[in-house]
Amino acid sequence: MIRAGTLTWYAQHETRLAWRDWAWLLSGGRRRRGYAVTVGLLAFFIFVHGLAYLALAPSVDFTAPPDKRLLVTIGGTLILYGSLMLSQAMEAVTRAFYARGDLELILSSSASVERLSAVRICAMAASVAAMSLVLAAPVINVLAWLGGAHWLAAYGVVVALAMAAVAISVVLTVVLFRAIGAKRTRLVAQIISAIVGASFVIGVQFAAILSIGTLSRVALFQSAVVLNHAPDSDSFWWVPVDAVMGNGLALVVVLAFGALALAGAIRFCGPRFGDLALAAGGISSNPARTYRRASNFRTASPGQALRRKEWVLLLRDPWLMSQSLMQLLYLLPPFFLLARSFYGENHRAALAVPVLIMAAGQLAGGLAWLAISGEDAPDLIASAPVAAARIWRAKTEAVAGAIGIVFGPPIVLLVIVDPILGFITFFGIAIAGASATLIQFWYRAQVRRSLFRRRHVSSRIATFAEAFSSIIWASAGALAVVNFGIAMVPSAVALAVLAGAWLLAPKRP
Amino acid sequence: MTQISSPLALEIQGLAKHFDRPAVDGLDIRVRAGEFYILLGPNGAGKTTTLRMVTGLLKPDRGSITVFGIDALSDPVAAKHVMAWLSDEPMIYDRLTPLEYLNFVAGLWGIESDAVETRTHELIAWLGLTPYAQQRCEGLSKGTRQKVALAGALVHEPRLIILDEPFTGLDAASARSVKNVLRERVAQGCSVIMTTHILDVAERMADRIGVMSGGKLVAEGTLEELRCQTGAGQATLEDTFLALVESDTEQGPIAA
Repeated sequence: MIRAGTLTWYAQHETRLAWRDWAWLLSGGRRRRGYAVTVGLLAFFIFVHGLAYLALAPSVDFTAPPDKRLLVTIGGTLILYGSLMLSQAMEAVTRAFYARGDLELILSSSASVERLSAVRICAMAASVAAMSLVLAAPVINVLAWLGGAHWLAAYGVVVALAMAAVAISVVLTVVLFRAIGAKRTRLVAQIISAIVGASFVIGVQFAAILSIGTLSRVALFQSAVVLNHAPDSDSFWWVPVDAVMGNGLALVVVLAFGALALAGAIRFCGPRFGDLALAAGGISSNPARTYRRASNFRTASPGQALRRKEWVLLLRDPWLMSQSLMQLLYLLPPFFLLARSFYGENHRAALAVPVLIMAAGQLAGGLAWLAISGEDAPDLIASAPVAAARIWRAKTEAVAGAIGIVFGPPIVLLVIVDPILGFITFFGIAIAGASATLIQFWYRAQVRRSLFRRRHVSSRIATFAEAFSSIIWASAGALAVVNFGIAMVPSAVALAVLAGAWLLAPKRP
Repeated sequence: MTQISSPLALEIQGLAKHFDRPAVDGLDIRVRAGEFYILLGPNGAGKTTTLRMVTGLLKPDRGSITVFGIDALSDPVAAKHVMAWLSDEPMIYDRLTPLEYLNFVAGLWGIESDAVETRTHELIAWLGLTPYAQQRCEGLSKGTRQKVALAGALVHEPRLIILDEPFTGLDAASARSVKNVLRERVAQGCSVIMTTHILDVAERMADRIGVMSGGKLVAEGTLEELRCQTGAGQATLEDTFLALVESDTEQGPIAA
C-alpha cells in the first residue's frame, strides 16, 4: 500500500491520469474503438519499420568506420529531432500550468507542492520521452538490425534529450512568467512551441529541398559547406553522436547531463510552482479586454450577423488562428519539394497550384469545424427564428469568405502570370474547400471551440476523409496543369472519398 | 396580474418525448398571456425537456405546441419570433462584448437597425451592465454573464419568455435584478414560463405553478389551490411540493 502524499503516490496518480488521457486521445472515449485503434497503430508501426528499412538499407554503409559525414548527419538529425521534442515539452509545460483543472484542489490541500512539482515535471519528461521514442523507434530498431545492437544506445540519447527539453521548457516558462507576467506567457510560450516545432518539419524538408537533384534528407548534411564548418571529429560537441553510435561513456555523460538538467529545473521551479500555477489560474478565466468600437452586427439579415460573428470570433482568437495557419506552414515544404521534382524548372508558377489547393482544403476543414461544430451558443442559434438551412448556409459562407480572403491574392497573382493556372487553382481551391466543409458538416458534433486541438479525435473517418480529399484534389490540380484528361482520374477518386464519407456519416433525423 | 380571459400564450397538448425512458409523457399545459407560470419538479421530471421542445431545440415524439396561436411544430420560425429562451448556462460568446452580443442577437432576430441601438442601451442600463458593456464576456462573473444572456433574450421583445433555472449560481443582488426585470416584463403583458428549484422564488413570483413528476403534470394551480389540493392548509410551498411529488402520480393531474 502506497502512503498518501509521498513521491510514489503522486507518481501513481500522474501515471493514471496520463494513461487515461492517452487512452481517450486514441479511442475518443469508446473502448471498442480503442482496440481497433491499437491494432491499426501496431500495423502502422510495422509499416513505418518497413519504410525505415527502405530508407536506411541502401544509403548507410555499416561496414565503413564512422567519418565526419556520419557525425554531421547524426548530429543534424539530433538537432532537428531535439527541436521537435522541445516543442512538445513547451506545450506540455504550458498545459501543466494553464490547463490542469486539479491544481487548485492540490494547492489548497496540505500536500507538498515541491513534491508535486517534482513528480509533474518528471511526468512531463516521461511523456515527451515516450512520444519521442515511439517516433524514433523504427529508425533505431532498423539501425540496430542492420548495424548492430550498439545502435540501441540511441534510445538512451532520446531519453536524455527529453529530460533536457523539459528542463529548458520549465526554466523558459518560469523566466517568461517573471519577465512578461502570467497573462502573456501562455500565448508567447505557445508561439515559441509552434515555431520550434515547425522548425523541425520545415528544417527536414528544407534540407531535402536544398539538396538539389536528390530526395535525400541527409544530402545537405553531407555537403562540403556544412562539413567544412562542422567541429573536428574529436570535438566534445560530438559526445551525443558518439552516444547514439553506442559509446558507453558518451551515453553515460549524455544521460547524466539530461538528468542533471531536469534535477536543476525541479530545484529551480519547485518552490515557485504553486505561486506560478495560481497566477496562471487567476488570469486564465478572467482577462478583461475592453473594445471602444464594437463590431457592427446591426444588420437586418440573420445571415450577415452569423457570418460576421464567425469572422469576429476567429480574429479575436490568436491561438486558433495560429493553430489553423500552422497547419498550412507544415504543408508548404513537402509540396514545394514534390512540385519542384514534378515540374522541373519550366513551370515555376505551377509549383503553387497543388500547394494552394491542399492548404485551402486543410484551412477550410479547420474553419468549418469552428463554425459548425465549435459553436459556443448552439441553443441560441437553434432558438433563433432562422431556418436551419439558412444557418448552415451562413456558416458555410463565413468559411468561404475567410478562404477567399486568404487565397484571393495568390489566385489573382497566378491569373496575372498565367490565366489557365489561375483558373485551375481557383477551381481546385473552391472544390477542396467545399469538400472539407461538407465533411465537417456531415460529421458535426457540438463541442466547445476551445477543444479545437482535439477535433481530430471526434471522428477518425472525418479526419482521414478530409486529409485524403485535400491531398487528392491537390494532386488533381497538379495533374491538370499538365493534362486535363489525366486530372479526371484523381478527381474521380476524390469524389469517391467524398461519397464514402457521406455514406459512413452518422445518420440524423 | 393574471388575465384569465386573455388568449393563450402557450398551449401544450399530449406532448411526449422518449429517450431511453419516457422523459415527457402526454403533457398538457396552458399558459395564459401575461401570466407568470412556474414549472416545479424533482430532477429528471421532464421540465427542461418540455421547455426545450417548446423552443424547438428538441423534436417531440408526439403532441402539439401552440405559441400565441402559431403551431410551433409546423411553423417553428414564426413561433421563435415571439419567444425567447434562457437556460441556466448562459449561451454567450466569450470573445464578444455584451454590446456586440446584443447586437448579434438582434441581427439573428432580424430587428431593424434603428431600433437596436436604443433597445440594447436600455437593456444594458436596466440590468446594470453599463460598466461591462465593452468588455469581453470571458472576463465576466457568472451572474453578469447570466444578465447578458437575459438581455439577449429580451432584446427582440419576446411575448413569451422561457427560462430554465435562471437563478442557478446567481448572487442575491443579481437574482433580484433578474426577478425585477421579469416582473416588469410580465406587468407589460409578456408571458413567462420558468423552471426553478428555488421554491421561495416560485412562491413569490408565480401566478400559477405546475408540478411535474415522471414526465407528467401531477398538479397545477395557484399556491392556494395547490395547498387545498394536498389538504396542507397553511403549509409552505416546500411541504406542498413534497407532498405532491411523493403522492401517487398515477392518479393523474390534480386540476385547478
